Amino acid sequence: MVRDLALPLAMAVAAGLVGCFAVMRRMTLASDAISHVALPGIGVALALQLNPLLGGLAALLLGTLLIWALEHKTRVPTEALIGVVFSAALAVGSMLTSGEELIEALFGGGGRLSGVETLLGLIGSALVIGFTLRARSRLVIALVSPDLARTAGVDVAAVNLLYLLAFALTVALGLRYLGVLLMGSLVIIPAATAKHLATGLTAMLLIAVSIAVLSTLAGTLLGSALHQDAGPVTIAVAALFFFVSLARRRSV
Amino acid sequence: MTDVLQVAHLSVSFGKNRVLDGLSFSVPEASTLAIIGPNGSGKTVLFKALIGTIPHGGEVRWAAGSRIGYVPQKLDIERDLPITGLDFLRAKAAVARVSPEEVRRALDLVSLAPEVAAEPIGALAGGNFQRLLLAFALMGRPTVLLFDEPTAGVDEPGEAGIYATIRRLQKEGRLTLLLISHELSLVYRYATHVLCLSRWRTCYGPPLEILTPERLQEAYGTAMSFHLHDGPNGP
Repeated sequence: MVRDLALPLAMAVAAGLVGCFAVMRRMTLASDAISHVALPGIGVALALQLNPLLGGLAALLLGTLLIWALEHKTRVPTEALIGVVFSAALAVGSMLTSGEELIEALFGGGGRLSGVETLLGLIGSALVIGFTLRARSRLVIALVSPDLARTAGVDVAAVNLLYLLAFALTVALGLRYLGVLLMGSLVIIPAATAKHLATGLTAMLLIAVSIAVLSTLAGTLLGSALHQDAGPVTIAVAALFFFVSLARRRSV
Repeated sequence: MTDVLQVAHLSVSFGKNRVLDGLSFSVPEASTLAIIGPNGSGKTVLFKALIGTIPHGGEVRWAAGSRIGYVPQKLDIERDLPITGLDFLRAKAAVARVSPEEVRRALDLVSLAPEVAAEPIGALAGGNFQRLLLAFALMGRPTVLLFDEPTAGVDEPGEAGIYATIRRLQKEGRLTLLLISHELSLVYRYATHVLCLSRWRTCYGPPLEILTPERLQEAYGTAMSFHLHDGPNGP
């Protein structure tokens, strides 16, 4: 049981932290779309009989580099581009994957992870958590104003790239558990909820992590009690937190 | 006197629109350069080129060891962004590798109450937000301050206080000041040099030479009457 929960909970902490900055950077929609890019990677890996998680991770990292390059090199408004590129990824990915495998890739599930997979997942989670906490000052200044960040000596392009890579890694961590469609939600929903409730940065990070962890825990336990996959139950619980927070939203 | 900043043939274009064209000037250490000119003449664009956040032609050379503090004219912040003024200043302290004590010092310098700084930055009133930006710029002890309309939105006693603070810092610390302002009486009082940007003509020199009715009319393209309320008691 402990072994089964260790990775989902580590992933939830990473998702809560990364999500806070995604929500504050106003990339809520983009981040959902980014997670879709894992699908063609999973499809290609399955076709080549490789580990689908590695295929998903590779596709996510490539997609991330693409977004970063679009943002920094072309100065084209990225919202529309991201929407189109990643919806296309979803379409191509569905053609490459089929049947049972497609459902698993989209919504998670699909058996226990091996010991090595769990270990790699824990290392990945630790990397994401460590980066987000260490870089939080740079991320905060860069999201408030890239100009101010620059004069404060922050390499904005570098910190943005590292952040997007951390985001991609977080989505990859959740692929087996939540799938391509739902992992973006575990990143965004707890953070969006925390934004309603918190007035300061530390409070937001703590609330988002708590909600992500509680949802994951509830999803796993309720899921096995209800004979459902853990992923959809997790997101349903997170969404419940979000709607409750709307009612308690601090007035501004 | 050594120059803190040397600018040579600086040009900035947005598409076909050339905003700055072949601009050259230098800024001596501990001096105050005021940048004036009508709306759309490229004053803020000049600042962004100086701090390196927009592409430009020509050369911008800062003296080795320069630390730049930048106070932008305005920032577009969501009202419910859960980042408080203190979060923002602590982030600067961490990035500039200065002690968290500096946050208190910076708040004192700009007369911003800690309980006001504890509010989310998007909810701060204009004048308080401006003070917060100044506090942010002053952390890490900059050698150069770039001020874009520094006291727009600050009430008059507040404005006087901010200028007094800057003057004091300038005397204490060899601080160089670059200032965009529409208030010509302030420019007259504080500036050692004036750079006047305009679509018609760019001019550069001491305030006495630049702030003449003829020069101002050239720059603004319309007759300007500039009355000195207090007379020159500046540098």
